[in-house]
Amino acid sequence: MKYIDEFRDGKLARGLAQAIRAEVKPGRWYNFMEFCGGHTHAISRYGVEGLLPENVRMIHGPGCPVCVLPIGRVDSAIELALERGVTLCTYGDVMRVPASGPLTLMKAKARGADVRMVYSTLDALRIAQGEPQREVVFFAIGFETTTPPTAVAIKQAQALGLTNFSVFCNHVLTPAAISNILESPEVRKIGTVPLDGFVGPAHVSTVIGSQPYEFFAEEYEKPVVIAGFEPLDVMQAILMLVRQVNEGRAEVENEFTRAVTPEGNEKAKAVVAEVFELRRSFEWRGLGEVPYSALRIKETFRNFDAEARFGIGYRSVADAKGCECGAILRGVKRPEDCKLFGTVCTPEDPIGSCMVSSEGACAAHYTYGRFRGGAARRTG
Amino acid sequence: MCLAIPVQVVELLPGDQALVDAGGVRKEVSLALVEGVGVGDYVILHVGYALHKLDEQEAKRTLELFAQIGEAAPSTAGSEALRATNG
Amino acid sequence: MGGTVKPGYVRPLDVKRGRVDLSHGSGGRAMAQLIEHLFVRAFDNEWLRQGNDGASLPALPGRLVMATDSHVVSPLFFPGGDIGCLSVHGTINDVAMVGAQPLYLSASFILEEGFPLGDLQRIVESMARAARDANVPIVTGDTKVVEQGKGDGVFITTTGLGVVPDTVCVAGDRAQPGDAIIVSGPIGDHGVAIMSVRENLSFTTSIASDTAALHGLVAAIVQSAPGIHCLRDPTRGGLATTLNEIASQSGVGMVLAEEAIPVRREVAAACELLGLDPLYVANEGKLVCVCAAEDADTVLTALRAHPLGREAALIGRVVEDVHCFVRMETVFGGTRMVDWLSGEQLPRIC
Repeated sequence: MKYIDEFRDGKLARGLAQAIRAEVKPGRWYNFMEFCGGHTHAISRYGVEGLLPENVRMIHGPGCPVCVLPIGRVDSAIELALERGVTLCTYGDVMRVPASGPLTLMKAKARGADVRMVYSTLDALRIAQGEPQREVVFFAIGFETTTPPTAVAIKQAQALGLTNFSVFCNHVLTPAAISNILESPEVRKIGTVPLDGFVGPAHVSTVIGSQPYEFFAEEYEKPVVIAGFEPLDVMQAILMLVRQVNEGRAEVENEFTRAVTPEGNEKAKAVVAEVFELRRSFEWRGLGEVPYSALRIKETFRNFDAEARFGIGYRSVADAKGCECGAILRGVKRPEDCKLFGTVCTPEDPIGSCMVSSEGACAAHYTYGRFRGGAARRTG
Repeated sequence: MCLAIPVQVVELLPGDQALVDAGGVRKEVSLALVEGVGVGDYVILHVGYALHKLDEQEAKRTLELFAQIGEAAPSTAGSEALRATNG
Repeated sequence: MGGTVKPGYVRPLDVKRGRVDLSHGSGGRAMAQLIEHLFVRAFDNEWLRQGNDGASLPALPGRLVMATDSHVVSPLFFPGGDIGCLSVHGTINDVAMVGAQPLYLSASFILEEGFPLGDLQRIVESMARAARDANVPIVTGDTKVVEQGKGDGVFITTTGLGVVPDTVCVAGDRAQPGDAIIVSGPIGDHGVAIMSVRENLSFTTSIASDTAALHGLVAAIVQSAPGIHCLRDPTRGGLATTLNEIASQSGVGMVLAEEAIPVRREVAAACELLGLDPLYVANEGKLVCVCAAEDADTVLTALRAHPLGREAALIGRVVEDVHCFVRMETVFGGTRMVDWLSGEQLPRIC
C-alpha cells in the first residue's frame, strides 16, 4: 500500500539503526517516552526495540484513550445499555474494557443489552435515523484525532433535527497528559526516572499541529519529535531525539512532515471549538484527576449530551489491588514489575488499563515481547 | 493512538463524502474536516473521516532522507534462504 | 358432497414465498415433504433414496477417521460462498487434515421458524454442489425447527467419515526441531470477505472467501511425501492460532519470516483499514503443513502443481523452545512474538 509499505522497508531500517548506533554516546543513557499508543503498537509489532542500541530505552506513555478511560465511565455506559435500554454505539476497542462487576460492554451485550460496534460516528447517526423509536447513544472516546469526527456528528444530528441521538463524551487532551507525566514526582525528582525526550503523537498532531508542543520543550526543557505512524518514522524520530540530546537542544521537531504542519487542521479545530469546551478536571485511569484534560459538550448542544439527557452521575472506582498501571503509565515501573502481570492479568482477562487495549504497555509486552523476558534491567 | 491510514480519493460524492481506495479496497468516507481535496489526492483516514491531506512531496523527501542517512546492509541469513526458496 | 380428493396430489412446496414453520420439524407430512423435495432431491444418492433413518455403509479399508463441525456463520451468504458449502468443505477438510480420504458426510439442520424456504434451497443446492464436486455424498441427516428468535436462521452440523492408510501418520504433536513450515496459499481471505458484508463495517472489495475442499490437495501431498508430520487448516483464529496449537502440542517453538507469508494486497489493505492482523484472520481453503526439512521441496512442488496450492510458500522453521513460543522476523528486521489470539479480534480505532 502506498505511503505505508515504503515506511516499513527493512533495508532503510537497518540503515537508520546503524545511524542511531553510530550517534549514541557510549555510557550515556537515553530514555524516550513514546506518548502515543499507536507508536507503542508499531514498536512492538515490528520489534523496533531489538534494533536499537542497549542504551536507548523506550518508555510507553499513557497515550491510549481506551486504557485511560476510568472504570466509572465504562460503568455508566454499561448502565445506559443494560438498565436504561438505549442502543449504545461504540468503537471496537472499548468492547472488552473491564469495568465494575467485572462487566464489559461485550458481556452486557451477552446479557441482552443493545450494544453495537461501529467503525464511525456516521454509522451511529445512520442507526439513529433508521430506528427513530430507539434512543441511540454514541460512546465517544479518543484524543484530539477522534474528537473532530464526534463534533461533526453532533452538528449533523442537529442539522437533521434528530431527537433520539446523543453522545456520551469522554474525549481527552494530549498536552494535559504530557504535563501530568512531566509534573509527576518521579520525573521531576532528579535520579529516579529521567525522561530525555518525547516521541510526539502522529495523528493527534495532524489535527493540533506541532505548535502546542513548544510549551513542553521550553517549560520542561525536553525535546519533542513528532513522528509518523510507521516504524521507519519512529526510528528516524529516535535518531533526531538522540541528536538533540547530544547537542543539548530542547526543540520541537517534526518528522511527520507529510501530514503535520505547525498549525494543524484549522477546520477540524474550529468545529471542535464550536461543539466542546474544557472540563475543569477529569479522572484518568491510572493517573488520577488531571486538570483541564478533557472535554464536555457545550450548553448549545445540550440536547445531544447524553450526560444531561440521562442524568449520568460520576462514581470514582479504584483500580484493583496490586495493579501497577499508574506507575507503568508514567514509566516508573515496567510490566514485568507488576505482580499481576502474566498471571492474574492477561490480555484474555485484563485487570488494569495497561492490559486492556493491544496498545497498552502491558498488552504490547505480553503479546509481542514476552519471549524476551528476563533481559537485563536497563536503568538510566 | 489513533489508527489512521493514507488512502487515495477516487471519486467525490455529494454531501461532502468521497470514495477512497486503499490497496484495492474501497470505502465511502467523509470530507467534512478537510478542504481542497480532489480526485487523486491522498488523505489520512481515521474512523471514517479524512483528517488531513498527505503532502506527497514531503513523503518523497522523507524517504530520500532515510536512504541518505542509512547505508545498504546485508539481510539476515535466515530470511535470505527463505526468499530464495520461494523464488 | 362436492369435489373429489385428487388421488396422489400433494401441494408442492412453495419455495418462492414459503417459510419454515414448526410443522416442518414435527415429524409429520410437512417435514417429510421438506426432506423429500429439498434435501433428498438435491443431495440425491442411493442411501438417501432408501429413506432409512441411518445409512448402511460398506466396510471401509484402513483406519477410520471421523470429524464433526458445527456451522453458525453470519451472514449466511457471503462473497465466494455460503453456510452450505462451508459446512461441506469444513468437515471434509477436518477429515483430510489427519491425512485421511473423506468418504461420507452427514448433515443436520436446525432451522429457525420463519426462515425463507428460498434461502434454504439456495443453501441446500450449494451443499449438494460442493459434495458432488468433492465426490463425498451426504448419506444421512436430520432436521429440527426451533421457535422464532431461538436460532440465527439456520445452523448446520456436518460429520464426516474417512479412511487413512497405515503408511500415513499425521498428527499435531509430530512437529520436530528443524522441520519446515509451509502454507498452501495467501491468508486472511475468508475473514475479510465476511467482514466486508457485515453491517457497520461496510467496504467494497473483490475479496471472496477461499472456502474449498482440500482433500485433493492433501492426497497430492501425501502421495509425494507420505512422511509429513502435521497438517492443519487455519480456520478460526487464523494462521497464528494454528501454529501456536501445533507448537504447543509438539512441545516446540517456531520462527517465521514475515516477508515469506503470502497475503493478498486487498486483504492486507482491509486489515490495515480495520486495524486487524492477517495472521489472526480466518481461512477456509488453506492448510499448513509441517514436514522434515528434506521433504520441503517435494511438498511445495506437489502443492504448487495443484490449483488450490499455486501460491504455496515456505514460511518458517520449527525450533527447540521450552516455552513453545512462535516468533516472527518482521519485514522491518526486528523480531516479535506471534501469540495466541486473546478473545475475538475486533476492529479498532487506536
